[in-house]
Amino acid sequence: MTRAAETRAEPTLVVKGLKTHFFTEAGVVKSVDGVDLTVDRGEILGLVGESGSGKSVTGFSLLGLIDPPGRIVEGSIRLSGEELTTAAPKRLRELRGNRIAMIFQDPMMTLNPVLKIETQMVETLQAHIKIGHAEARARARDALGRVGIPSPEERLDAYPHQFSGGMRQRVAIAIALLHQPDLIVADEPTTALDVTIQAQILAEVQTLCRETGTALIWITHDLAIISGLADRVAVMYAGRIVETGAIADVVAHPRHPYTHGLIGSVPSRNRRGERLTQIPGMTPSFLSLPPGCAFAPRCARADEACGLLPELSDGPHLVRCFHPMDRGEPA
Amino acid sequence: MGYVLNRLIQGLTVIAAMAGLVFVGVYAIGNPVDMLISPEADQAEIDATIARLGLDKPLLEQFLNFVSGVLHGDFGTSFIYNEPAVRLILDRFPATLELAVSAVLIAILVGIPLGVIAGLIPDKPAGRSIMAVSILGFSLPTFWVGMMLIMIFSVWLGWLPSTGRGETVELFGIPVSFLTASGLKHLLLPAINLALFKTSLVIRLARAGTREVVGQDYIKFARAKGLPESRVILVHLLKNMMIPVVTVLGLEFGSVVAFAVVTETVFAWPGMGRLLISSIVQLDRPVIVAYLMLTVLLFVIVNFVVDLLYALLDPRVRRKGA
Repeated sequence: MTRAAETRAEPTLVVKGLKTHFFTEAGVVKSVDGVDLTVDRGEILGLVGESGSGKSVTGFSLLGLIDPPGRIVEGSIRLSGEELTTAAPKRLRELRGNRIAMIFQDPMMTLNPVLKIETQMVETLQAHIKIGHAEARARARDALGRVGIPSPEERLDAYPHQFSGGMRQRVAIAIALLHQPDLIVADEPTTALDVTIQAQILAEVQTLCRETGTALIWITHDLAIISGLADRVAVMYAGRIVETGAIADVVAHPRHPYTHGLIGSVPSRNRRGERLTQIPGMTPSFLSLPPGCAFAPRCARADEACGLLPELSDGPHLVRCFHPMDRGEPA
Repeated sequence: MGYVLNRLIQGLTVIAAMAGLVFVGVYAIGNPVDMLISPEADQAEIDATIARLGLDKPLLEQFLNFVSGVLHGDFGTSFIYNEPAVRLILDRFPATLELAVSAVLIAILVGIPLGVIAGLIPDKPAGRSIMAVSILGFSLPTFWVGMMLIMIFSVWLGWLPSTGRGETVELFGIPVSFLTASGLKHLLLPAINLALFKTSLVIRLARAGTREVVGQDYIKFARAKGLPESRVILVHLLKNMMIPVVTVLGLEFGSVVAFAVVTETVFAWPGMGRLLISSIVQLDRPVIVAYLMLTVLLFVIVNFVVDLLYALLDPRVRRKGA
């Protein structure tokens, strides 16, 4: 009851000013440097960025799974009203896999190769609720059936190497959904899969989250994938959110030059025959970020003002830029 | 089944090849008659002895006699004791086996926890000290450590006896000493001495395995599932980490049994190792050959068991073998 009341009062996830830094010998790597996110109950948020933009580190920070030398240095993560950054390790363990779950990028590496699927599912159930083995097995079997694994009863006794990549990712998704969590963080879960399997899995995850009211953060570098999936999108660059808004709005009318570049580099039916535009330069190293807007060195619109860090604007469609593009403006 | 049969044929091939090598090798190391016969003996006596031992025949014929004997379960008769060589060895086998099993148990019980700890906290003082100690265990010679153990625990402190095997009791018809107080006391020092090197080896293997496994996605995923850390370590990490450790330990077990020679000599442990040393000194060919053949057999069996264990631990091997 109390949780239901809290959920109504607060969105599933509220992240404010999150900073996750890695203290390496070469210097402090500010992989996540002031990220704000809000995800409502049952909402799907796409978190988009290039490799090294800090999107995966953001995901792991939400679960408190940052390994040394990294740690969360600042900010607040509230899951259904409960603060996670100051929670005791024991409490975090209780929440992980239970209220907040994660799906990893490479399904070939996610499941333990020497344990049966049954073991890996039953232990997830027994870690959070008191449940007998037979009952846990039955629930595991149903969960496999829901993610579209044929003959789940027999597959429970199989080992991960007897599954294809797509099937393994389905198992991982089934594990993430076991406790019907408030939030699932999916870290590029289809990148390693065939395109046809990708589409199936996307559709299934979407349906399952809608059914259970689970909110979803879908981390990806591929805007095209989430444009049909997400409700909202947040674009990350060099550890910060540079633009966020409703997915249709952001894709149709990007305001940040970086988002604009990202969309321009995706092949599309409407621009058949044209050359794909590319963003000049490379993602900057976290050890040598420019002091102001991190995108300025690659940006055609940059001027002296961009030597300072722009703030995220207000409104439903937010952008972190001194010279945002107007609606319908050409590149 | 095909897998088992395949391994069996490989094992038999190894045994056959070793039989030839061992026999020729031992034949080359000297004439046992010189050791057996008193210097005053005349030529007729010498010839009679040579004929009795079958040493006058050509090498090939001796070898074929040996092989046909082995096929009938007869490894020859000791020149010195005038007893079947196999019986001499098997009489001493339980003592050596007991010592070896104790040493390997110590290596596992001490080495794996220390190795896992060192692998989980490689940069903390505890992790570094464990590795420093394991380097000592590697580098100190066994005979010197054995003498130091005797010095400290037998001579200075007087806690433990320094030589021999204590009281034995029969267990399934085999004399064992670990069930009596005196037997345990006698067993402790030689077992620790023999275990020292293996423990260091296990620590290093366990540490390397832990460091490799702990960075894998499936460990992170296990944590993301909210499993208690104890289960992540004891099930998810340990089961993967044990695969190389079991392989190496299994193979090492053979060498512990076969080559406990130094420790048995230092602690006057009445095992096979001491028999081998005295047989070499006295050029007691049948005993040496029988010993080496049994060692080969032991290694083949141990390898076979390790393969089976390996399949038990790693489901991926199971399928390929079937």
